[in-house]
Amino acid sequence: MAIWLTEDSKIIVQGMTGSEGRKHTDRMLAAGSKIVGGVTPGKDGQQVDFGPGAGPLPVFGSVGKAVAETGATVSVVFVPPKFAKAAVLEAIDAGIGLCVAITEGIPVHDTAEFWAAAQGQDTRIIGPNCPGLISPGASNAGIIPADIARPGRIGLVSKSGTLTYQMMYELRDIGFSTCVGIGGDPVIGTTHIDALAAFQADPGTDAIVMIGEIGGDAEERAAEYVRDHVTKPVVGYVAGFTAPEGKTMGHAGAIVSGSSGTAQAKKDALEAAGVRVGKTPSGTAHLMREIMTAVR
Amino acid sequence: MDLFEYQARNLFAKHGVPVLPGAVARTADEARAIATQLGGQVVVKAQVKTGGRGKAGGVRLAADPAEAASHAAAILGMDIKGHRVHQVLVTAASEIAEEYYLSFLLDRANRTFMAMASREGGVEIEQVAVERPEALALVPINPLTGVDQDIAREVLNQGGFPAEVIEAAVDVVTALWRVFVAEDATLVEVNPLVRTPDGTVLALDGKVTLDDNAEFRQPGHAELVDSDTTDPLERAARERDLNYVKLDGEIGIIGNGAGLVMSTLDVVAYAGEAHGGVRPANFLDIGGGASAEVMANGLEIILLDPAVRSVLVNVFGGITACDEVARGIVAAFELLASRGEQVTRPLVVRLDGNNAELGRQILAAAALPGVEQVDTMDGAARRVAELAALAGV
Repeated sequence: MAIWLTEDSKIIVQGMTGSEGRKHTDRMLAAGSKIVGGVTPGKDGQQVDFGPGAGPLPVFGSVGKAVAETGATVSVVFVPPKFAKAAVLEAIDAGIGLCVAITEGIPVHDTAEFWAAAQGQDTRIIGPNCPGLISPGASNAGIIPADIARPGRIGLVSKSGTLTYQMMYELRDIGFSTCVGIGGDPVIGTTHIDALAAFQADPGTDAIVMIGEIGGDAEERAAEYVRDHVTKPVVGYVAGFTAPEGKTMGHAGAIVSGSSGTAQAKKDALEAAGVRVGKTPSGTAHLMREIMTAVR
Repeated sequence: MDLFEYQARNLFAKHGVPVLPGAVARTADEARAIATQLGGQVVVKAQVKTGGRGKAGGVRLAADPAEAASHAAAILGMDIKGHRVHQVLVTAASEIAEEYYLSFLLDRANRTFMAMASREGGVEIEQVAVERPEALALVPINPLTGVDQDIAREVLNQGGFPAEVIEAAVDVVTALWRVFVAEDATLVEVNPLVRTPDGTVLALDGKVTLDDNAEFRQPGHAELVDSDTTDPLERAARERDLNYVKLDGEIGIIGNGAGLVMSTLDVVAYAGEAHGGVRPANFLDIGGGASAEVMANGLEIILLDPAVRSVLVNVFGGITACDEVARGIVAAFELLASRGEQVTRPLVVRLDGNNAELGRQILAAAALPGVEQVDTMDGAARRVAELAALAGV
């Protein structure tokens, strides 16, 4: 089992005709994802050939048309920042169930707008500025390398792409139900809490790793959620203890403002909620390994 | 990007938020000229991106142009909480009947925008928020519908603004919202917003933070970047399109992905505790496709920093293939040699993930001077800290 993405998920790729979209569609197909087409405005009726095995995939001029003709329920967005808002709004209008926005560098006014537009609609947004999600062995929607870890029963939710990969690698032999990269922007569609709730409800997940970083208070609120609602073991990691105040550390959302958003505050909140927090990624993986060994 | 007060004031003026006449000066003579043009009393204000200017003596009232010049001379070059003053804003002086607070900002927690308003302005708003939260109204703003006159009135009402001020202030609120949207800001703050004895409402001081992600549609924002106080290494890195932040330690850091690099800084700092407290000298994320050129540029920037004693390259190959990274490091050494530079400080490399084995073989075969490989992130951090400590002896 897995959350949000299974082997039956039918996926379309917005921006499939661009170089990034094409490259990652190739990779997702190789990982076994059911990609049923792409969307590029103005290129309706074209095809993109993905070679032996996958063959040609149809390109549609709109998400609405793609959904009508293929029954897709997931869209992965590789559209450049300038056009990303329109692309996500289109996915919401088409009633797609899951919209994974990979694009980095979307102005936060645009993200706030499409997030507001999604309220009361049927679309879960993951990202933007994220690596997407993978249910190893079943399906891959985004850019997470499919061969890092085997399928298993750990759930992973992280703000950071490379720390997701690192953690998957550390625990590759135990394996994961689903790994979700929620992105490092100040406004994101799916939060740690959303993923924690889904993993808690997922019979295929035994324990959860959550990875956070400086900026905002999402980790503190996730800690409260764990305390009140999560019975499965949760292990945490927070990056950015050495980050100076007022400097953006790579991710647009990773900034300590005054005394808020610090890694220490997040670690303290998680520990107060009963989450074991690792000092390094490897140390965190070690904590999870102990838990999974006990479960088995 | 945080702006200086004078830059915020210019954006306010551009979108119709009322401000006092004035201009920015870099010398005492310029300040005198501005004061002469304005006539009458003027205020000379240090331009630094921090609070507490007034207490530090960075804001002074001048009766005439000569006094404006002498105040400017005293303020220019001052150090205010670690910020050197390179410019002063000279504005007309204004009489103040009352001071209020008004801002629009991104509300990360609720993933929307928010107005904050209070009839108690002119003080640190963080202090008001903690000590008297009832005096500060927080009003959610829907990004899809924005702020019209009715919502502006509502914001002012909730902030407890006096009835006679509200009508005069409504247009200021909608104009400030225009600044927020049109300039892709994540914060626009007026503190204080004042009422003068004749009933005029004015923005007397302002703070603006702009969204760097919006640069592609805000061509005017590039010139707002502060070249005086930006760290020279950060400036050089920006010119090379590198995501670099200068820190105050001794160990240069290169990695891929913001989260992994932040984590690397932490792990190195922990490891440094056992080696005389050596710490990371920078944050540098070379991103997904680390080409030889990007690696060379990154190494070059790091080696420009005289504080750096050893360097850690920490890469987890996700999409990035480690053999590419290894070739990048080899090419970087060649490229630096061709630029007449030599890598004289030790380099510790940790490669894991996609094609890691091949990458390690390439590096081993190249046998670059001073380069050693360690298999794990924690082990590499310990080794690079040890090397930094040895180099400091």
